[in-house]
Amino acid sequence: MISLQDSLAGAPTMPLKTGETPRERRPAPMIFLVVLWLSLLIAILSLLTLIVNIVLEGGSRFGLPLFTEYPASSPDRAGARPAILGSIWVIGVTAVLTIPVGVAAAVHLEEFADKKHWFNRVIELNVQNLAAVPSIIYGLLALAFLALIGVRDKNIVIGGALALSLLILPVIIIATREAIRAVPSEIRDGSLALGATRWQTTWRQVLPASVPGIATGSIIALSRALGEAAPLLLLGALVFVSFDPNGLLSGFTTLPIQIFNWTGRPQEGFHELAAAASIILLGLLLLMNGLAIYIRNRYQKRW
Amino acid sequence: MFAGRARPGEAVIKVVLRVAAAVAMVTTIGIVFALIVPAIGFFREVPIFDFLLGDRWAPRFADASFGVVPLVTATLWTTAIALLVSVPLGLGAALLLSEYATPGLRKTLKPILEILAGVPTVVYGFFALQFVQSTVFREWLRLDTGAFSVLAAGLVMGIMIIPTVASISEDAMSAVPMSLRQGSAALGANRMQTSLRVVFPAALSGIMAAIVLGISRAVGETMIVAIAAGSQARIVGGPLEQGQTMTGFIASAALGDSRVGSLEYNTLYAVGLLLFAITLTVNFISIRLVRRFRQAY
Amino acid sequence: MSSSADAAPMHLRATGQHQVAPEVMRPIMEVENVDVYYGDFRAVSEVNLDFGLNEITALIGPSGCGKSTILRSLNRMNDLIEGARVEGEIRFHGENIYGKDVDPIEVRRRIGMVFQKPNPFPKSIYDNIAYGPRVTGMKVQSMDDLVEDSLTRAALWDEVKDKLKQSALGLSGGQQQRLCIARAISVRPDVILMDEPCASLDPIATMRIEDLMQELREHYTIVIVTHNMQQAARVADRTAFFTAQPSEGNGDRTGLLVEYGTTAQIFEDPQDKRTEDYISGRFG
Ligand SMILES: Nc1ncnc2c1ncn2[C@@H]1O[C@H](COP(=O)(O)OP(=O)(O)O)[C@@H](O)[C@H]1O
Ligand SMILES: [Mg+2]
Repeated sequence: MISLQDSLAGAPTMPLKTGETPRERRPAPMIFLVVLWLSLLIAILSLLTLIVNIVLEGGSRFGLPLFTEYPASSPDRAGARPAILGSIWVIGVTAVLTIPVGVAAAVHLEEFADKKHWFNRVIELNVQNLAAVPSIIYGLLALAFLALIGVRDKNIVIGGALALSLLILPVIIIATREAIRAVPSEIRDGSLALGATRWQTTWRQVLPASVPGIATGSIIALSRALGEAAPLLLLGALVFVSFDPNGLLSGFTTLPIQIFNWTGRPQEGFHELAAAASIILLGLLLLMNGLAIYIRNRYQKRW
Repeated sequence: MFAGRARPGEAVIKVVLRVAAAVAMVTTIGIVFALIVPAIGFFREVPIFDFLLGDRWAPRFADASFGVVPLVTATLWTTAIALLVSVPLGLGAALLLSEYATPGLRKTLKPILEILAGVPTVVYGFFALQFVQSTVFREWLRLDTGAFSVLAAGLVMGIMIIPTVASISEDAMSAVPMSLRQGSAALGANRMQTSLRVVFPAALSGIMAAIVLGISRAVGETMIVAIAAGSQARIVGGPLEQGQTMTGFIASAALGDSRVGSLEYNTLYAVGLLLFAITLTVNFISIRLVRRFRQAY
Repeated sequence: MSSSADAAPMHLRATGQHQVAPEVMRPIMEVENVDVYYGDFRAVSEVNLDFGLNEITALIGPSGCGKSTILRSLNRMNDLIEGARVEGEIRFHGENIYGKDVDPIEVRRRIGMVFQKPNPFPKSIYDNIAYGPRVTGMKVQSMDDLVEDSLTRAALWDEVKDKLKQSALGLSGGQQQRLCIARAISVRPDVILMDEPCASLDPIATMRIEDLMQELREHYTIVIVTHNMQQAARVADRTAFFTAQPSEGNGDRTGLLVEYGTTAQIFEDPQDKRTEDYISGRFG
């Protein structure tokens, strides 16, 4: 028991070597560290299990026919060709729709908007909130919009792209704003001091400097759209598509929807196809994310 | 004298930029209207209390009934199970990354979590149904469960949410000033004590924000529950039972072709509106919490 | 060499406000041939220095000369820095604190530390003080008494006794720093290390801390790093002057101890030209 009067300096004190286990190595902290590691390892092991499971299930079906054949009623003849093409179409159109709008919105909010103005504060709050709205709500929105403008056949490429665009717009806006914010203000001031207007400065200095950041953010946002299925379900993309999509008004299905379809079938063969198509999807996503990371590391300037 | 040349081009550009920014707002207003207008149509035919409190959901039956409680219980089950998985594991991973990992280790571990976050939910759904439910639960463990269960869907959803919880709470923990850790160490605390008694409480509002965002993702997640939780809307009494969640209902109803303006079509939007209201509330809480922990330092 | 009388401007002379350091020191800590490295970089080299029991020792010198580095190696805070390494021996009551079987956490409990910026935990005033005793598993008869005692010793009790449950972040900077001193005292250390404790405080708060140090000196040994020479002259019994010099080979600057003596001697009769230049303001 240490009383308050004890251990005034000068009094003979206990040796440092107490003979006890160091406090960092006692059972409680050791168990704690093991538990922390386990948390992370369980997450990593789940990921590995998922990948191994999908490769084992789908490996046998992963081959050329998967890429070249159309869906069929028998798993032995079925492939994902229209779904792959459909995904490319929808994501391509989504990119064209979203990136310019997203970048423009971010430029407005970062470089021009009066941050105190209520309008801009509302937009700001909106962008934050939209990023957390469940994706299926965007499907409901797109469905209502198509009904409003009187489109009867809602399963069209442009409809799907519209839903996905609204879904990833906040992601692109947020990423672009961060990229713009990372450009040091000396660059802006330097340009403005030379007599350039705000817009010239943005267009010639700020935007070029933030291209890598914008590209990285856009690719990651598009990869999210590529894996998304819920909003497209609402547009009826689950229909049986046995033709290649060929335009904005063409009917379509996408890879995630095709996987959903095959997963729900009773025959084991379709489950293997679902797994094989998942390999394609995961491969594409890894490729896109790898590209994003490459651009980030390769081009990002350290100011 | 300094008026300078008029630049009509720039004025146009500024308007274009502003319009682009407004798209975000138009989207929100669009969502609200898109949900509310059909939902009003719905509530004209179904009293709101029958919807919110009714315990039988059978919108397509001859004696149709629109009590949303069964859908809500399924959502509660999957969300609760997902949180039981993702909160402890996500916080554990975050503490490891922020308090113990060297910068090099962090650099290798974080991308793995990012991959986990990037797996499409439909692939998670496949995994939940074909591996977790069918292989593990039924073949290996011989559990008394059918083709679907809220447990399989919830578990896998929890794994999906780990990166969300981990990354946001790790941000909050990293924002805790180094000087507090030093102060704690200088008093004779070990790392565990510093982590649990100083860093964790100091980052608490950020950690709460991470959990709240995890809740909003779990409530709104569609594909995993549509594939693995089941498709019968009944009040869920246990984790091994199947059940249809709110999102699961919207997804399944989309498969049928309902005429615009029909009660069936409007039902989708009534459930969608409830879902939107829940996630929006949850998200507002999260934004407020994040703001509080930003202010703290 | 100039005569001792005009080596230091008048205001820098040791004022004699405190007792003159006894000629014979009873060392409580001994630093012997210490080098500290950060990775390959040798931040300080060949330091030999003793700290006297119940004395205040000031470490002064230009910025970057390794004062904080030496201070952190006195209670093994350097262990927490990735790549930091201490060579040589540092003894506490004759026992090497870097010795095998010595628990660094026990070292830190016995040798407390106060930092440059006040760093109270975002907890109540009471919990800030109770934290150390709790984590070190100290058996105390009454935590309330211990809190009161620590705050009293840190000359803060009267100001906070009515708001012990309020957040420590609501205190002023000077109060926060005295709270941090009270916190350090709460685990009953023998030595208190202070790294520029007044750097972020105004002159009045600084004065209160300096007065406090004089009182604490009765019971504790204090080592203080300061960039403020007047402060060293006012509070310290002994002063050690460090400087940084380019080391052999590469252009890295390594810190070394130039001169160590009673504060009066260092300020009034420096033996080394570099010390004299520094305290007379011709350098740093
Ligand atoms: N954590 C660290 N990692 C690497 N180098 C450091 C670290 N801390 C200090 N140094 C270096 O060690 C030298 C001495 O620093 P420091 O002890 O802080 O000096 P002082 O406190 O006298 O100003 C400086 O060159 C500094 O850059
Ligand atoms: Mg220093």
